[in-house]
Amino acid sequence: MNHVFGLKVGPVSFRIGSQWRGPVAALRRLYAGYPEPDGVCDFTVRLEAERIWRRWLRPSVAIRGDYVLPDAAPLPLAQGLLAAEMGMNLQMALGQKRFLLLHAASVERDGRALLLTGHSGAGKSTLAALLGERGWRFMGDEFALLDLEDGRLHPFPRAVSLKNESLGLLNGMDPGRLGPVLEGTPKGTIRHLRPNPEAVARMGEAARPVLILFPRFGRGLEPAVREVGAAEAFMRLTQASTNYVALGERGFDALARFVGALPSKAIDYADTAQAEALIDDLWPAA
Amino acid sequence: MAASRYAADPPDAMRRVELEGLTLLYHRTSGLTHFLAPPAPEILDALAAGPASAAEVAASIGERFEIESEDPAAAIAARLAELEAAGLVWRT
Repeated sequence: MNHVFGLKVGPVSFRIGSQWRGPVAALRRLYAGYPEPDGVCDFTVRLEAERIWRRWLRPSVAIRGDYVLPDAAPLPLAQGLLAAEMGMNLQMALGQKRFLLLHAASVERDGRALLLTGHSGAGKSTLAALLGERGWRFMGDEFALLDLEDGRLHPFPRAVSLKNESLGLLNGMDPGRLGPVLEGTPKGTIRHLRPNPEAVARMGEAARPVLILFPRFGRGLEPAVREVGAAEAFMRLTQASTNYVALGERGFDALARFVGALPSKAIDYADTAQAEALIDDLWPAA
Repeated sequence: MAASRYAADPPDAMRRVELEGLTLLYHRTSGLTHFLAPPAPEILDALAAGPASAAEVAASIGERFEIESEDPAAAIAARLAELEAAGLVWRT
């Protein structure tokens, strides 16, 4: 690999190699201030030419690494940053064995963590990014890492990936924290936001989770809160976990303890102000 | 024809957690997680003593619980068939 970049995100270290300068330069800018790995990296992501001659003719980036999805589609080189981000996700999703990986966002306040999980489009990233600028510590928007031993959540504060309508959130944000605008990606227009300095500086601090939220976003929805039973929360979180099955009984025990120990609620909202108000109402009692 | 007899893995092959009236069961043999509603956990308890027919399981459960059915053995047989499909019991 001609171009290499290493970084730590929470307790996980990555090494990203690329045949092109562009994606690695974009990563260096986006992740300025992140610590470097202090030993052997947990995961390696390689961005390679799909075929060697494609490096010169109409380049397209194939994502490779320790774990590979055979049908992961190559992306045009202009989306190399996105390819690197997807590669990091993929290595985590398939290879992480130290934590129960939940496809969820998390934020922390006063040492207590809030988990936000739900389907794509539920607004996890948007809400976590917003709360992270409003007095909460941003812990992650893509994966929450549940410690199998002590049940705490570990941060994984990668750059937030904001899409389409959520891009308005970036208005007025320090341009130095923003990645390039990536248009025409498989998920539409995407732009990354580097978490604020507090989130980066405290990426090693785990927090005790106290509330699980299942947000649902819809333009016509009335703001509402519904209790979610522990059994339903368990089932939904097994679906939200990428490594529940691989962890076997350790994952079962960790998840059963997790949903048994803290309340779960579903919230409906039509805009971020409503969601913020609902979370402010629920938080003190959590 | 003799009634089918059913067997289940011993209790230490399963990890069980009660959550709000449901039983979450991790089946160590298969690595699968199951959500069980009554009387499925009670059926597995009854089979822990050894293989039994649906009527014997119904009698065993009937000693401790009231089974709301005109034909308890048939009701238990239906649940046994579901547990068999889930891979938690089998016919001997």
